[in-house]
Amino acid sequence: MTAADWPDRLFATLKRADIRQVGYVPDAGHSRLIERCRADAQIRDVVLTTEEEGVALAAGAWLGGERAALLMQSSGLGNCVNMLSLARSCRFPLLMIITMRGEWEEFNPWQVPMGSIVEPVLKLCEAQVYRAQTPDEVEGAAERAVQHVFGDERIGAVILSQQLIGRKVWTK
Amino acid sequence: MSETRLERRSAMATLLAGRGDDLLVVPGLGSTTWDAMAAGHNDRNFYLWGAMGGAAMIGLGLALAQPNKRVAVITGDGEMLMGMGALATIGIQRPPNLAVIVFDNGVYGETGMQPSHTQGGVDLLGVARACGIRPYLDVRDEAALADLAACLKNLRETLFARVQIAADDPPRVLPERDGVVLKQRFRAAIGTNP
Repeated sequence: MTAADWPDRLFATLKRADIRQVGYVPDAGHSRLIERCRADAQIRDVVLTTEEEGVALAAGAWLGGERAALLMQSSGLGNCVNMLSLARSCRFPLLMIITMRGEWEEFNPWQVPMGSIVEPVLKLCEAQVYRAQTPDEVEGAAERAVQHVFGDERIGAVILSQQLIGRKVWTK
Repeated sequence: MSETRLERRSAMATLLAGRGDDLLVVPGLGSTTWDAMAAGHNDRNFYLWGAMGGAAMIGLGLALAQPNKRVAVITGDGEMLMGMGALATIGIQRPPNLAVIVFDNGVYGETGMQPSHTQGGVDLLGVARACGIRPYLDVRDEAALADLAACLKNLRETLFARVQIAADDPPRVLPERDGVVLKQRFRAAIGTNP
């Protein structure tokens, strides 16, 4: 295992948790995890047009007895806010894995307004936040989130810091 | 025009008549939830009191998780318009056991009958078709409604239907409002509670 293996360890956590549906809007920070999910025959990968679709997808999955996860970038959380009422009103388990933008060495200032309010928005929406600042913290954060989300039928968000994801290269 | 359209309560009753335990229904918030309740409560209905724009995606997650049951999302034009991207998402998943049925009356009934985009010419059937959903049914009369009910009983591929209904506002018939109760009742009915 190396530090760069954190997406594989995150994937292993999702497998141990018996996640069967993974909704996502394509995201560079999640690219490896998305690739692993797409290659797994036991996981249905569902590419979404907007992240709020994934909140509803996860609710439907749980009604049908399956566990889902929702992958997104920090900007996507803003697209979910009203739909999170579904999870809150019905206590649907909702596992969100969020890659951060706008908090560290961010070239694009338009990422800052949403990135800077991710954690307060999650807390207002009664989500538990599990932040991983370094590669070593990813697996533990994900394990704790899984336990909270599916053990107690609640919303939990694993936050993957921008430092962990690394700088986006803007000039090619 | 509206005098020739189908009446929503009888349309819902026709679709759900003799439904069978393997039919799971997700009605959209507002009128279609009242219609489903008026047709007779069933624990296999997951009524929505919110989550506008989410009905079709709830249906998708459910259909993928329960491949041996049929799932009917029955929602209104306004609810579908808010989550129109879901038709693109469903168009590439296409679970064979999912039907998305839109009761289209061209107005937002819950908020005072303001005109919706479909009244202005937006064609949800065309959207579903362009998203690759087959078959797509345009239901304008009792014969076509009977065909849709038959298709729903024998669902083989993702189906989209637009049911042209009259813009009337029948008395509300309200189901349980507690979301946790609705969820647990539904899961108990289909055996997915731990």
